[in-house]
This record gives sequence, C-alpha cells and structure tokens, in this order.
Amino acid sequence: MNIYTDLFITFSKIGGFTLGGGYAMVPVMEKEIVDNKKWLTKEEFMDILVVAQSTPGLFAIDMASHIGYKYKGTLGGIVSALAVAFPSIVCILLIAMFFQTFKDNVYVEKFFMGVRPAVVALILVPCFSMARSAKLNKHNCWIPLVCALLICAFGVSPIWCILGAALLGAAIGKMTK
Amino acid sequence: MLILLKLFITFTKIGIFNFGGGYAMLSLIQDEVVHKNHWLTTAEFTDIVAISQSTPGPIGINCATYTGYTAVVNEGLPAWVGVIGALIASLSIMWLPFILMIAISRYLIKNKDSRHVKSIFAMLRPAIVGLLAAAAIMLMSVENFGSPSQNTFVFIVSIIIFLFAFIGTRLFKVHPILMILLCGVAGLLIY
Repeated sequence: MNIYTDLFITFSKIGGFTLGGGYAMVPVMEKEIVDNKKWLTKEEFMDILVVAQSTPGLFAIDMASHIGYKYKGTLGGIVSALAVAFPSIVCILLIAMFFQTFKDNVYVEKFFMGVRPAVVALILVPCFSMARSAKLNKHNCWIPLVCALLICAFGVSPIWCILGAALLGAAIGKMTK
Repeated sequence: MLILLKLFITFTKIGIFNFGGGYAMLSLIQDEVVHKNHWLTTAEFTDIVAISQSTPGPIGINCATYTGYTAVVNEGLPAWVGVIGALIASLSIMWLPFILMIAISRYLIKNKDSRHVKSIFAMLRPAIVGLLAAAAIMLMSVENFGSPSQNTFVFIVSIIIFLFAFIGTRLFKVHPILMILLCGVAGLLIY
C-alpha cells in the first residue's frame, strides 16, 4: 500500500473511533502507531504526547501532524492531520444537515452509557505501559504522583505541570554539566 | 460571503489560543460563537456539546464543523455554502497549530541527541504518566458512571464495564476500538 494511503487510513480509523476526543485517543493511537504499525517507539510516542499537550491547538491534530511529520515529512504531517479530522467533519456535517435529533435518540444514549466507563478504563491502561517506558523508579516516581495530585486536587492546569517539569529538567541538565 | 471570512478569522483564533484541547476550549468557543458573533444561541451551543460527545473525533473539530454549517445557513444562504462554511471553520482551527507543531517537530528531531533536550525529556516522560492518570481520575464522574445513590443499577453496570474494559485491554490485549464497540453494544443490550 502507498505509504500516504496507509497514513490516511490509519489516522481516519483513529479519528473515527475516538469518542470524547483528547486523551481518549491516546490508547487507540498507541495501539495502532506503536504496536501495530511500529512507526514510532514507545519513547518517541511519549515525547510527542508531551509536546502536543504543551502546545496550542487540538490535541488530536497536534499528535497526528507531529507523528505524520516525524514518519514522512511535511506531506505526511498534512495527510495525518486531515485524516484524523476527516471522519468527524463528515459525521457532524451529516448530523447538522439531516439529523438534528440525533443526540435525543434513545439507542445512541444507551450505546454511550456503555462506552463512557470503557473510555475511562482505556485511558488508564497506557499509564502502566508508559510508566515502564518512562523508566519510573523509586527516585522519580514522585513526578507523576505530584502532577496527578496538583491536577486532580488543586485544579492546576496540566500546562503548568509540563512547564515545571521541563524547567526542572533543564536545571538538572545545567547542573550535571 | 463576509461570513466565511469571519469564520476563518474566529476559528484561527480559537485554534491558536487553545491549550490542552478538549473541554478546556469549550468556554473559548462559546464566548466567540455565542456571545461575540451571535452565530448560535446558548441552546444550540449546548446541542453541539451533546452531539460532540456522542460522535467520534476531536471535540474542537466537531464544534467548528457544526458552527460553520449552522452559522452560514442561519444567514439564509443555501446548504452547499454551509458545507463550505463547515470546511473553512474546521480547517481554520487546524492550520496555525499545525505549522507550529511542524516547527517544533523539526527542532526536536535535529536536537534529539543534545544532552539538554534529553535531560528535559527525562523529567517530562514521568510527568506525562501523571497527566494521563489525572485525566482518567477526573473522568470518573457522575456523568460517566452514574450516581451510586440515584441510580444504583447504572452505577454497578458502569463499574463492571470499566473493569471489563481495563482487564480486557491490559491483560488480554484486546484492541481499544473493538473494546469501545463491545461496551457500546453491551450498553444497548443492558439498558
């Protein structure tokens, strides 16, 4: 298969099955990009996750354009970003044009009552595999704990956690020169 | 056709001022689309959020597509112009962050072996684990699981689905897409 066709199909699949957006996309992307296609290693995937989280723009689009670029240059980035948005544009257009009552449909609601708890579990799963890739040990396990605590208990924006960690990393890099 | 230009400017702005994505951007979109430009009423905006939650894809794209179409049609223009409006709004929200992302990507690929970049990412990788855990914890809400006191049945079923999805994907390596479909069908059958 043409590599760009492959990129388009893969990212359309990711975009088409991400309900709720944002982090819900991470497990599907990880499975497709790292496990199945092996376009990136787990470490590279995590680095992109960090960058996408700390730059402006839609998380999913940032992820897709960065992965596509890394794998196949600018055109790869464009194809991936458009592909990840494609299913939702088509879907919403159809709803806006023909099915304004979609959201009140009882079957749609039932389907989603089943999906919502599953999405939470799916977001939790990569935490464990990523903990291994991040080489978590007794010296640095405080980092994710402090981040999660700040975000959940004190409502701190994830941006500040990333910024703080980056500054700390830069400072440590300077000191160990 | 002024509306198309306005859509372009507004959604470019929303794209670049959105950090973190998802729900963080909803208030920004609401302010621009409902309060400043009066393209949608508050009720229409609430509809979009509900529709975005029950359709695939990034929530920002969903909002942009729906707003682009509705705003144009509300102006009395034909439906095909509405489709163009939807496409313009959706692409506008993407293009500036895309360029920025490519620039960062290029820089990181060039400097990935620098000791400085390595040291920064050694801190960032553990941090992203915490971020992901936080996202999962914050989603353990009444909206997603039901309330144990008001609707015990829904709550218990949700917990079972949650455990099933977790064990299935973590231990048995079930594909996340298959898992989403399975749990959706389970919802259809059980409720």
